[in-house]
Amino acid sequence: MTQTNESVDVVARPLRHYGRWFSAVLIAALLGALVWSLVTAPSINHSMISKYMFDPLVVDGARTTVILTVISMSIAIVLAIFLAVMKLSTNPVLRVISSTYIQVFRGTPLLVQVVFWGYLGLIYSDITISVPFTHHVLWSRPTSDAISAFTAGVIALALNEAAYAAEVVRAGIQDVDKGQFEAADALGFSRALTMRRVVLPQAMRTIVPALGNETIGMLKNTALLEVLNVLELYTRTQHISSQNLAQVELLIVAAVWYMAMTTVLSVPQRWLEKYFGRGTAQTPSSKRWLKGSK
Amino acid sequence: MSEQQFMVDAQHVRKSFGSEQVLKDISLQIPKGSVTCLIGPSGSGKSTFLRCINHLEKIDGGRIYVDGELMGYRTKGDYLYEMSPRQIAQQRKHIGMVFQRFNLFPHMSALDNVVIGPVQVSGKSESESIARGKVLLDMVGLSGELNSYPSQLSGGQQQRVAIARAMAMDPKLMLFDEPTSALDPELVEDVLKVMQQLAQGGMTMVVVTHEMGFAREVAQEVVFMDGGFVVERGKPSQVIDNPTEERTREFVKSVL
Repeated sequence: MTQTNESVDVVARPLRHYGRWFSAVLIAALLGALVWSLVTAPSINHSMISKYMFDPLVVDGARTTVILTVISMSIAIVLAIFLAVMKLSTNPVLRVISSTYIQVFRGTPLLVQVVFWGYLGLIYSDITISVPFTHHVLWSRPTSDAISAFTAGVIALALNEAAYAAEVVRAGIQDVDKGQFEAADALGFSRALTMRRVVLPQAMRTIVPALGNETIGMLKNTALLEVLNVLELYTRTQHISSQNLAQVELLIVAAVWYMAMTTVLSVPQRWLEKYFGRGTAQTPSSKRWLKGSK
Repeated sequence: MSEQQFMVDAQHVRKSFGSEQVLKDISLQIPKGSVTCLIGPSGSGKSTFLRCINHLEKIDGGRIYVDGELMGYRTKGDYLYEMSPRQIAQQRKHIGMVFQRFNLFPHMSALDNVVIGPVQVSGKSESESIARGKVLLDMVGLSGELNSYPSQLSGGQQQRVAIARAMAMDPKLMLFDEPTSALDPELVEDVLKVMQQLAQGGMTMVVVTHEMGFAREVAQEVVFMDGGFVVERGKPSQVIDNPTEERTREFVKSVL
């Protein structure tokens, strides 16, 4: 062992990562071959793809998809918070209602639910609000007028998503330290105040990344509304291809749009994660073994 | 009815967790303006008893009165009626509590931690509460950390914010649950100094602690608990320095 009298800098050759190089080259080669086969495939008309990529109908469909996602997700999150709080309640009635709701909406296929809301008019021909136990009618309209295909789609997506998001919110609430509830109790906070100002803001740390996933899922699931003929992105591309028979080309157009939209979604997600992560200490990066772990 | 000169009047309190009886028959009167230290080995029930005072734990038997008011229940005729969460919150408003693990709200700055109670619970104006919050944080020696988040503060600083947070509710009684047990030794002194300051200001305090020096110097009464009973109580000079019970003697010897 050599002894030095002064502190010497650590000058070492960095660890070689041969596995990374090997896997990167392999994957790049496979991907290149796949892309090449698509580009050179004689059956795909590439000018068709670029022609319809920014077609006004397609762009309008994409806009509808975004609107559907935003509205349905917003309703779903509000419902989910109520369902989660109900499921964690000490009130057995609320617990059963919440569990049953989640059971029903998670236990049946989304496509079935979408069609169900589309067919609501077959079950109830009119929607009527009247004074109970009298024949005094306050409001009545045929179901098909009152609930458009768009509305039926929003209802289907929102109610279904609420069941999944409720479990995400519940897990987030249960993740909050018990001491936080006690501190709020000791200060005389009401339950609503404790939830709103103490528990939910902290639960958001675990909720936001999971809800980001849910939102991406929701955006893609809007394509199911094609069965109700809601004029979103996928329906639009289907309409176009049923006329010009360029099925594959328009599928690629739709796929590229979905891909772009889900990519853009990660920006607000990162912003939200940063906002709700305030006040939590960051581990120095040198102590991280997995990138991004805390 | 309880005597009004007592801030806390506990009568024959019993409490079990499952089949384990943690408090067996605790009767304890705490005069207004006094400092009482609860000492005893872990598992003796002292923390549980403290948490029963503000009804964080429901008791199975006996009665606890705080400032003459029965905690957690209303009496009507011969019957006891459980209070609603709202009514219990109302009772807790003026009982401050400081926890071993601080339990500050991590997503709020030090000042926001102190301000949220008076604004949201007591309905005080925000400007008034902020001004008072600054005074309180100054009192605990943290006027320079108003905008710091708890994670940016040392344990001792966090505990002092927690004391300021409890004080912001204008409590008539302060409960301390091992306030210095989670702290590094060199940070204990600052917290004890703040507590001593409160005691000198005439605050009624019940302190579960292992700090015999603090108990000797600040407390009017020291209560030694073991196995769910009060074994011995009296002046610090008596209980700590001159215990009559064998169990007390053993415990005091082990912690001094």
